[in-house]
Amino acid sequence: MMESLFYLASLVAVMATVAALTRANAAHALIYLIVSLLAVAVLFFLMGAPFAAALEIVIYAGAIMVLFVFVIMMLNLGESGTAREQEWLAGRNWIVPGFMAGLLLLELMLALRHGAGTTSGVAVSPKAVGLALFGPYVLAVEIASMLLLAALVGAYHLGRRFIVRREQR
Amino acid sequence: MTELGAISFGLFIIVAAVGGAAVLTWFERRMLGIWQDRYGPNRLGPFGILQVAADMLKLLTKDDWVPPFADRAVFIFAPTAIVVAMLLGFAVVPFSPDLYVLDVNIGLLFFLGMTSLAVYSVLLGGLASNNKYALLGGLRSAAQMVSYEVFMGLSLMGVVMLTGSFSLRAIVEAQRDMWFCIPQALGLFTFLIAGIAESHRLPFDLPEAEHELTAGFHTEYGGMKFAMFMLGEYLGLILISCMIATLFFGGWLGPWLPPLLWFCIKVFALIMFFILLRAAIPRPRYDQLMSLGWKVMLPLTLLNLVVTGAVALWLEG
Repeated sequence: MMESLFYLASLVAVMATVAALTRANAAHALIYLIVSLLAVAVLFFLMGAPFAAALEIVIYAGAIMVLFVFVIMMLNLGESGTAREQEWLAGRNWIVPGFMAGLLLLELMLALRHGAGTTSGVAVSPKAVGLALFGPYVLAVEIASMLLLAALVGAYHLGRRFIVRREQR
Repeated sequence: MTELGAISFGLFIIVAAVGGAAVLTWFERRMLGIWQDRYGPNRLGPFGILQVAADMLKLLTKDDWVPPFADRAVFIFAPTAIVVAMLLGFAVVPFSPDLYVLDVNIGLLFFLGMTSLAVYSVLLGGLASNNKYALLGGLRSAAQMVSYEVFMGLSLMGVVMLTGSFSLRAIVEAQRDMWFCIPQALGLFTFLIAGIAESHRLPFDLPEAEHELTAGFHTEYGGMKFAMFMLGEYLGLILISCMIATLFFGGWLGPWLPPLLWFCIKVFALIMFFILLRAAIPRPRYDQLMSLGWKVMLPLTLLNLVVTGAVALWLEG
């Protein structure tokens, strides 16, 4: 039962990702990407990582993708955008990415043959994730938070001149 | 609860929530009328309650039209997203000690995930309509959601800290001695505001702001598709009330009366409060909304988080 659910969700994830790559209309591609992220969340849940599944939905599908849709709406490319995208999706442009993706697939198959990457099958509770993050991996958490702070300050600096201009008016 | 019991209870919840949302459309107009010194819809049936049936009949018999310039598939898909996401959100609500569909240790995160997925309905509806008012409404909605979701999640972390779990039943059980509305008053205040913004209820309904954007994201929608948007909004209102009752007002806990009744009373009182807010408070300007979110609510939430964490550590000794 669990296994067939897993393969079903994987199928959805792969198909949605392929569709996200090949759509010329940016909005449609994004919707497929969201479906793919939701399918990955189901995979996480089935493999015993409910916390990762929830974060996948809240952060990736619920926040980051909303920003993507926001940008698409701001640009509002319409027909010209679709036409340009179709040009980019033409035959020759697939060669290099296709080669690289094929290489990764080969590597993954080899790794699978050697039996690496099995999960323990035990559900990981949110508490266990927290203990791991702020125990052995605390340095990585701190570095990531510093990086985010730097990004925040940078974004403020870039946006500041617009704020000043508006106040002078 | 057995698997079959949970499934049938889940179906019952779907029917009850949709029915409740339908009755709420009439109830809200009636209460608004009374608070604003007029009658509201009082003609049809006792107290005018058959107005719901009349409205439904009207919406069902309207022509289900898709504008030729719209992005057809997305246009049709958009209104369903909000209804599905909101109904899924009800799965984790504990109505009484043994009436619930799902008790997982990520219950609270599941709720946050579902509310954040409901946003797509408004976004895609606005984008697919191919109309400038709809697009502006969708844009506003995206910015509003991203800003208010940040502290919506954070404002609940105080509750999680005091309980030590994301499970909603554990959160209710942890309120036996004291409801979290007292130690987490700041969290309640911020979550309330974020909750109104998330369900775009009136003080924060800038995505549809009818006198600036005609009707915002649903300008091009009519008939049952429009009804789906409205259904989603009222389902969101009920869901947010259920969550506030669970997280801050002790869920089913209360003396004398049976637990389910206590839960319903609390949810009803919160829905009344939301309707009263709509009757009393005017809509802010868009930039005021954004600066309120980032400059006031987010720091307040962070302050609440720091203080709660410190107190929790101090109590542990």
